[in-house]
Amino acid sequence: MVKSRSAYSTPSKLGKLDTHIFVVWVDNEAGVLARIVGLFSGRGYNIESLAVAEVDHKKNLSRVTIVTTGTPQVIEQITLQLKKLVPVHKVANFKREDKKVIFKEMSLLKIVGNSVKINKALNVCKKFNPVILDQTKKSVVIQVTALRREIDKMIKNLKPLGLVSASRTGAVAMTRGAEIFN
Amino acid sequence: MGNLYSGAEIVFKCLEDQKVDYIFGYPGGAVLPIYDELKNHPSIKHILVRHEQGAGHAAEGYARSSGKPGVVLVTSGPGATNVVTALTDAYMDSVPLVCISGQVPTHLIGTDAFQECDTTGITRPCTKHNWLVKDINDLPRIMHEAFDVATTGRPGPVLVDIPKDIQFAKTRYLKPKKEKKINGKVINRFNQKDIDHLINLMSKSLKPVFYTGGGVINSGPKASELLRELVSLTGFPITSTLQGLGAYPGDDSLFLGMLGMHGTYEANNAMHDCDLLINIGARFDDRITGKIDEFSPKSKKVHIDIDPSSINKIIKVDLSIVGDVSDVIRSTIKTLKKKNLKLDKSNKQKISKWWQLIQKWRTKNSLNFINSDEIIKPQHAVKRLYELTKDKDTFITTEVGQHQMWAAQHYKFNKPNRWMTSGGLGTMGYGLPAAVGVQVANPKKLVIDIAGEASILMTMQEISTAVQYNLPVKIFILNNQYMGMVRQWQELLHEKNYSESYSEALPDFVKLAEAYGCIGIRAKSPDELDKKIKEMIDIDKPVIFDCLVDQDENCFPMIPSGKPHNQMLLGPKDQEENKIKGKGKVLV
Repeated sequence: MVKSRSAYSTPSKLGKLDTHIFVVWVDNEAGVLARIVGLFSGRGYNIESLAVAEVDHKKNLSRVTIVTTGTPQVIEQITLQLKKLVPVHKVANFKREDKKVIFKEMSLLKIVGNSVKINKALNVCKKFNPVILDQTKKSVVIQVTALRREIDKMIKNLKPLGLVSASRTGAVAMTRGAEIFN
Repeated sequence: MGNLYSGAEIVFKCLEDQKVDYIFGYPGGAVLPIYDELKNHPSIKHILVRHEQGAGHAAEGYARSSGKPGVVLVTSGPGATNVVTALTDAYMDSVPLVCISGQVPTHLIGTDAFQECDTTGITRPCTKHNWLVKDINDLPRIMHEAFDVATTGRPGPVLVDIPKDIQFAKTRYLKPKKEKKINGKVINRFNQKDIDHLINLMSKSLKPVFYTGGGVINSGPKASELLRELVSLTGFPITSTLQGLGAYPGDDSLFLGMLGMHGTYEANNAMHDCDLLINIGARFDDRITGKIDEFSPKSKKVHIDIDPSSINKIIKVDLSIVGDVSDVIRSTIKTLKKKNLKLDKSNKQKISKWWQLIQKWRTKNSLNFINSDEIIKPQHAVKRLYELTKDKDTFITTEVGQHQMWAAQHYKFNKPNRWMTSGGLGTMGYGLPAAVGVQVANPKKLVIDIAGEASILMTMQEISTAVQYNLPVKIFILNNQYMGMVRQWQELLHEKNYSESYSEALPDFVKLAEAYGCIGIRAKSPDELDKKIKEMIDIDKPVIFDCLVDQDENCFPMIPSGKPHNQMLLGPKDQEENKIKGKGKVLV
């Protein structure tokens, strides 16, 4: 029998991990993002992506969208801990599989190569309505808005076609239909 | 147009309007304008500590014994970093503190100026909220909001960082407004349905137990009264966490003693075997639950807490009631009476078998120890201290370690706010400065810090504060020359490799007391103990009591790591039969 060498308990089995998207409305003030990010890092929750910007200048409100994974218990804790922060007004969270919610991420992709490669590259993104923001003889900058995993796939396919730089916003979310959050 | 006041004046006007009587602090460059203003506000008395950590713990002691928020005033840089331990301690144990720190002038922020540090950055994870005041016009609102945040909901520490130029700048003062809850944060979210559900569970239960915590104390003295009424109405057994001691009388027959790692045999077994567990203002701390997977496996669990994030954090519960403990208990009692269930009569019959089982556990007498005529046993010292002080309204603080557990086990509290100990963070050095704060809040009362010789040396300097303000705190050191709890774990878990847990050189505490200008007493043998304790009580000055105790004594009972509640280590006899087992050589 092995002796326990710790004054703490041993971890019990981890539950199933789900990916969730949190939408948080906060006062747009100094340090508010640090409070949210600090809550995640301090309690050992992970952040897959983070998008934040002011959405209501008059009310001084920012909207933060965070993609994270965790067991149902952890997801509930994140919600409740976020709600406790003083500058936080409202917290909503959705499973990634939730059909009632639109999740989108925007990406800017720079491809360098000859026109053949560039055309091939544009073809790869065709399904996602690529917008050409800048084009030279040797390069193109494309804007694509799609699901995270679609962009992942696209980037994989564009790599051999001269993709040199990718910039992504992280997911943002909006409910379908006339409903609003909460 | 109203009068213009400087930032420093506004700080004091806010403190006056928040009915602050005492602040604990230490001056320095970046708070000098506030210190300059102190003389103009005679209703606010400043207690000068010797180290900012001491200011924080003293404010905690003040807050926990008075029910009012503690106020701390420190300078920038090292002043602020020194108070971080106390803020974290207050955060873990839900103590309302308002810490005001000076900061370098706004134009120097970010330039690595002298005594500059990112105070709001450093204290963000150890406060409920903090503010860096960048505009003088925000100061009155922020100050009032700080008190509001610290004292409402689950209480906790907050910090307001005020740059020096803001302390000089002028603006109009605003009185505190009774504002609606900040960003819609409501406290009571329960309804009658929840209460009915609870009463339904209570009336069906055959093996109920109340598990109460610091939330009852934090809810105010009324909560303790209501708790007593609820317990007598139901006849249910009750156990308490370390922080909850005093909410229910420690010498009552329905009280099972403290639960958890060093709790009583009957309390822990009741937790394990019960069919209804009613958690009132406690948080399923890991020192309480033991092995999570085997925690109270057969029970329906109810959790009453003001903090929604405490619910289902560690233990999944069947019924959660989010609200202030007083309000929830009041509703429960009201409904119980209205339904006229006469639980005390009908239930007594129903739960009589349960009580028989508890009585059987009680006969184990798990707090027992083998006393000695030659050497003072630390448990005996605490018991004698209790017997000789129980007729007075005594306030006890502790440091952290074996002495703390012995104090919790053997000192019986009858009233709330009489027991101040660092539970969540486990801060050695907490007790002496906390005692200073307690004595400030309760001038004529007997205040004793039950201490260990290792802990006390961490904040020893605060005895100087006690001497300066004639605060007759009694420092009762159970001196075994070891970091006792470390030594105990090394004995039980690390093959008696007493690595660095023995203090080779200790000061002569009696001489040390004299050097500080207070009284030193030493007790070496059991036969002189009572006489010396009485002598200590009668002295109207700070006293350091050096009680030389058995060096090898261990604190039992104990739930070894990786074990559930029903597998406890009892005293030395039991140990042989029940060697510490458990899987996982994992160092956590």
